[in-house]
Amino acid sequence: MEIEREAREQDLENEELEELGDEELKTNIAQRETFVLPSGQEIEKGPQSEDLQVILTRIQEIVRVLNNFRELKEEGRSRSEYVDQLIKDLGLYYGYNEYLMEKLFHLFPVSEAIEFFEANEVQRPVVIRTNTLKTRRRDLAQALINRGVNLEPVGKWSKVGLQIFDSPVPIGATPEYLAGHYMLQAASSFLPVVSLAPQENERVLDMCSAPGGKTTYISALLKNTGCVFANDANKDRCKALMANIHRLGCKNTVVCNYDGKEFPALIGGFDRVLLDAPCSGTGVISKDPAVKTNKSDDDFIFLAKIQRELVLSAIDSVDANSATGGYIVYSTCSVTVEENEAVVDYALKKRPNVKLVPSGLDFGKEGFTSYRGKSFHPSVSLTRRYYPHTYNMDGFYVAKFKKISNKIPEAPKEEEDEDIEEEEEVKVASKKKGKSAKPVVEEESTSILDNAEDEELIRGLFIFHQNQADSDSCLYF
Amino acid sequence: MRPLTEEEVKTLFEKLAKYIGRNITHLIDRQDDPHCFRVHRDRVYYVSESIMRKATSVNPHLMSMGVCFGKFSKTGKFRLHVTCLEYLAQYAKYKVWVKPTGEMPFMYGNHILKAHLGRITEDTPEHQGVVILSMSDVPLGFGVTAKSTQDARKMEPTGIIVFHQADVGEYLRNEDTLV
Repeated sequence: MEIEREAREQDLENEELEELGDEELKTNIAQRETFVLPSGQEIEKGPQSEDLQVILTRIQEIVRVLNNFRELKEEGRSRSEYVDQLIKDLGLYYGYNEYLMEKLFHLFPVSEAIEFFEANEVQRPVVIRTNTLKTRRRDLAQALINRGVNLEPVGKWSKVGLQIFDSPVPIGATPEYLAGHYMLQAASSFLPVVSLAPQENERVLDMCSAPGGKTTYISALLKNTGCVFANDANKDRCKALMANIHRLGCKNTVVCNYDGKEFPALIGGFDRVLLDAPCSGTGVISKDPAVKTNKSDDDFIFLAKIQRELVLSAIDSVDANSATGGYIVYSTCSVTVEENEAVVDYALKKRPNVKLVPSGLDFGKEGFTSYRGKSFHPSVSLTRRYYPHTYNMDGFYVAKFKKISNKIPEAPKEEEDEDIEEEEEVKVASKKKGKSAKPVVEEESTSILDNAEDEELIRGLFIFHQNQADSDSCLYF
Repeated sequence: MRPLTEEEVKTLFEKLAKYIGRNITHLIDRQDDPHCFRVHRDRVYYVSESIMRKATSVNPHLMSMGVCFGKFSKTGKFRLHVTCLEYLAQYAKYKVWVKPTGEMPFMYGNHILKAHLGRITEDTPEHQGVVILSMSDVPLGFGVTAKSTQDARKMEPTGIIVFHQADVGEYLRNEDTLV
């Protein structure tokens, strides 16, 4: 019978394929062994580049299999085996430590992950921001073109950004630069300020401001009215911050050197607060490849702790009754969930008097509402993620909060916020009755967990202090 | 942070007067937004009074506020920093424009030679504080004239016209000590 014959042929073909697959995997195993063991024969034979070539082929093969797992997998092998091998290979090929590789790998579908790692090997374009306090973008572009610079506007979303393709003169030392007509600033760091959208005559706090790209942008948007408090915990970095502020002609700034956590106690009642938190820098690996190897579990625990404390301080520093403001923007140059969605989710739980609002940025991917078994508040989808391979800017994360009231409903600890007004409490209580019910319940159910989490964080802190010497330099991005 | 003593005010204003003369009054009497001078760690800041009041709450670790005009040396002299250039350029009585070829040498901290001189305010006297601008009116720094406009006409191209005091290149060269 025709059909029988075809079926038999099909079977044969399948068997052949399987055999091929078998062989492939076997050779893979052989290669893996020779790679792990330095005494392996193949390593003696070929130079390093060949090994990388082998790994690359294997990466491509595994990606192919994973993309069509049901048909291409080898019998008796689970998906996780393939994934483990892939993570190992990717780590070797791109030079990441396994811990970080695994963390980053799970953020994306398989082939997108490869794109991400590939994009981290390529430098992002140089972008400058026009200082609207001193010049206009058209004039600046003309002046730079006259110096032989090749540039174009950075994109429709920004009216002040210029992307530099190549330049015969150092772009950080032209007379225009020194005269403060522009700031060298990655495109991604425009985003939190665009999202913050400060209005004239407002009082704004930039909690981690050095070297001042965002601070001076805020000042420019305020047109030198109102007041910008630029804080940075690192005194040395404040020097660059102050130099930039003066170079760009920002006259409405106050620079101070505090730990951001001290803030609501020092001075509060801001109209808007920008918190560009210190982070692991996994979004800017192309800029600082050292991140690939020097980050460990402890760093992430330590950073997550700082970020959580800072975001609460930032929220408490804002005056919810501000006529024009009452907003907090949280951003990091990291792509990991621990430093982003988890922190935002934590803030929502600890401070039910804030809610997430649309970031005001019309591009970017939605934040995760659930990730590897953890689920976050549904509104976390209003936050925005940016990846190096999608928008050709650094990896970035932006979340925008609106503070609804100055009173923290059912706060776990009684502290902060001296400027609570009694009438406001009453007003808010009646206004928020329906809304607040849910977060409060969540709060109670998770408060124990939070304590446990905190303990874990603190324990991590101790470990961190022991290792601080090697990782200190990359704390503040 | 504290207001200036009488003596400090005198020293500061004498220095400022070299560049902007009687225009100092424009700095002090600002109807729209009252400004004031304050000393903090030997540095003099020119700042809006409303911002100054807010800055008092972060006083112990205050790094800078408003615009830094310069600093008092240990001997009590006052030295203007390039950070006040914007105000100086706004109110300066005498100005010197340099040719594009002269921009870079000046921004590397050199004096201005006759060869690089593009334009100069009429009747500039000798030893007068002047603001240096590029031909497109971008302020580049300030200095003190070596020769009056009259004498400069007769000079040879390598002669020094303006002694260098401060230039915007210091934002790169002395970032750490500037503010």
